[in-house]
Order: sequence, then structure tokens, then C-alpha cells
Amino acid sequence: MAELFQLQIISPNRIFYDGQVTMVEMTTGEGEIGVYARHLPITTTLEPGIVKIHEDGTIKEAAVHAGFVVILQDKVTLMAEVAEWPEEIDVNRAEEAKIRAERRLSSHEENLNIQRAELALRRSLVRIELSRHGK
Amino acid sequence: MASMRDIQRRKASIQSTGQITKAMKLVSTVKLQKAKSKAEQTRPYSERMYETVSEMLSKSSNINHPYLKKGESDKKAVIVITSNRGLAGGYNTNITKLLTAGSIPKEDIWVYPIGRKGKEILARRGYEMKTDYSEVINEPMYQDAQEICKEVLNAFTNGEIGEIYLAYTSFKNTVSHEPKLIKLLPIEMEVKKEESQEKAVPMNYEPDEEEVLNVIVPKYMCSLIYGGLIEAVASENGARMQAMDSATSNAEEMLGELSLMYNRARQGSITQELTEIIAGAEAIN
Repeated sequence: MAELFQLQIISPNRIFYDGQVTMVEMTTGEGEIGVYARHLPITTTLEPGIVKIHEDGTIKEAAVHAGFVVILQDKVTLMAEVAEWPEEIDVNRAEEAKIRAERRLSSHEENLNIQRAELALRRSLVRIELSRHGK
Repeated sequence: MASMRDIQRRKASIQSTGQITKAMKLVSTVKLQKAKSKAEQTRPYSERMYETVSEMLSKSSNINHPYLKKGESDKKAVIVITSNRGLAGGYNTNITKLLTAGSIPKEDIWVYPIGRKGKEILARRGYEMKTDYSEVINEPMYQDAQEICKEVLNAFTNGEIGEIYLAYTSFKNTVSHEPKLIKLLPIEMEVKKEESQEKAVPMNYEPDEEEVLNVIVPKYMCSLIYGGLIEAVASENGARMQAMDSATSNAEEMLGELSLMYNRARQGSITQELTEIIAGAEAIN
């Protein structure tokens, strides 16, 4: 049986998650990683993605957009600017946001903020994917 | 002695004022409850953010990063959080006093006002105003904080300003609020020596320290600004509740005194009428 460690996901409005878990998967700036207990201490940035929380037996999923993570040997803290459970996501809104972002990216407008549009697109994709998982 | 009618008019006016202040007190009490619970939910994020950043900086003392040193410009940006509405006692003046009585010379300050009242006071005194975010204080959201943060940070990285401050009212509990002026950038942390020795495990940064600082510092500022906004709203309603409470009790006190005066005047006029009637009757006899 895998060793448990404490996982905290904190967003500006609330403590999103606080509990004992065996593993957590997330998308960092360097790619997707999975963290077990006694991980090497690392601080790194988070990209929009799905966080998989492996509790003892069950797996919970949540969408996390932007933030950073502090990994210590016995504790992992995700500081997320936005964090959502699947049931909190409005799929229609995410679909619309996806279309809007795609349009903006293909429009070749002047002074287009590509970075921003791409981020918006990725956020909406994460939301859509996560809400599909939930079904 | 004032006439009976004058006293009665005065009483009626004070009574209606008292009713208004009482209603306002009730409203701000409800708003305070809401703002207070919001402030309590926000606190873990800000605190954790502060811990992380200070931990990072204490463990890696020799990072040379633009966010950690003063910019070349002498200008200092101050984000001033006040309220859009008055009748909150000394709430707004306490904040503006931080600037007017502070040690930073007026010419060097760029004010980013959040809240109309503080903006008006400072504009009258001739401070230089930048983008106005007064709308935000009605219902502060994290995105608002991000927007403000982005603009101020841009000015900092462009070298227009050398330092960034935040003036807000910190909410301790319902009755005590403290106006605070804190420095956001460059970050200055008191390094806790004992603690850093205890945690002997070295922290790794991916991709590297500078990159991580680039991401974390703006988030750190955002969280402080957001925390400041949320606490300011709670403090505003707390201050208004107190101001309205004392206004209501003052009105009640004045009403009591006026009732006494009114009764005395009534008694006086009755006595006078009686003596006049008796004197008149005696004159006929």
C-alpha cells in the first residue's frame, strides 16, 4: 500500500482541497508529473490542466488553471488561481470560450495577444475534457 | 428658553435622523458578516503565498532579480484602497493620512486609487492620479486584482516607477481595523535564520529560480492586493457599523435631553397661563 501524504489545493476564494492522498498528478510548466510521498522538494509552475487526486482507492479530478506548486517530502501545496470540480464547470460556456479563442487565433488581427488567446483556448479545452470525464 | 414648537421640530428631525442611522447600521452589519466570512476564506491563500515567497527568498539569498531591487526611477506607485461611500467615520481619512503624513514626498507618488472617497481627498491635495479602479471595491474579484497588478507591474518593469506600495485597512476583528502601508515591490523579507536552518532540505526550482520568481512574484502581489481589497471591504463595513452605532446612540441621548426640555417648557407655559387667569380673575373682583 502506498504511503499517504498531505495535499492542499488553495485558491484565492477558498481552501479547495485538503486531505491525505497516495498520489497526485498535475500539469507543470515542464510537463505532466505524478507525485508520491517523499518526493524531492521542488517548487514549480502550473499550466492549465487536470489535477488527478488519488485518494486511498478513489480518484478525484479537478481543473486547475495557472498557479504554482510547492512539493515537500510529506506535503504538497498547490496554489491555484482558479480551481474547479467537474460539476462546477459550465460546459456550454467552455465550448463558447473555445470557439471564441479559436476565432481570435485564426483571425490574424493586428495587436492580437496570441499568448492570451492561447491560454484561453487551453483553459476551455481543459474544462471541456474534464466535464467529459465526469460523465 | 426655546419655544415648545421649536423643540418639537428639533425632536422630530433628530428622530428621523436616528431612524436612518439605525437602518444603515443594520445594513452594514449584514454586509460586514458577508465580507468577514469572505476575508476569512481568502486568508489561507495570502498567508501560504507569503510563506512560500519568504521561504524561497530566505533559502536562496543571492538571487539577483529585478523584482528584488529598487527600480531606477524615484517615483513610487501607491495603490490606495478606500471606499466609494462616506459615513464610515474616520475610515477614509485614516488611509489618506498614511500618505499625507507619511515620509514619502508628495511629488514622487503616483496614486492608483481604488475607492472614490480616497481619490477625492488625495486629488484635492494635489497628488498625481493614475488609473482609477473605484468600481472594483463594490464587489472585488480576483480578476480585478490581477488587472491592477498587471498594470502596476508593467509600469515597474518599464522603469517608470521604482517602488510599489499598498495602502489599505487591515481587518483584525469587528471592532479593530488598522490602516496599513506595505511595500509590495521590491520584496523585502525578514529572513528568519533559525527556521531556515531547521529545514535542511534544499528546495529545487524548475525550470530555474529566476523563471519561478517571474511567475510567483506577480501572483504574490495579486494575492496581497486581493487580500487588501477583501479586508478593506470588511473594515469599511465595520467602520460604518461603528460610526452609525454611535450616531444612533447620540441621537437617542439628544432626544432624551430634548424631551426633558420640552416637558419643562410645557409645564412652564401651563403655569404661566394659570397665573394669568388667576391674576385676571382677581382684577375683576
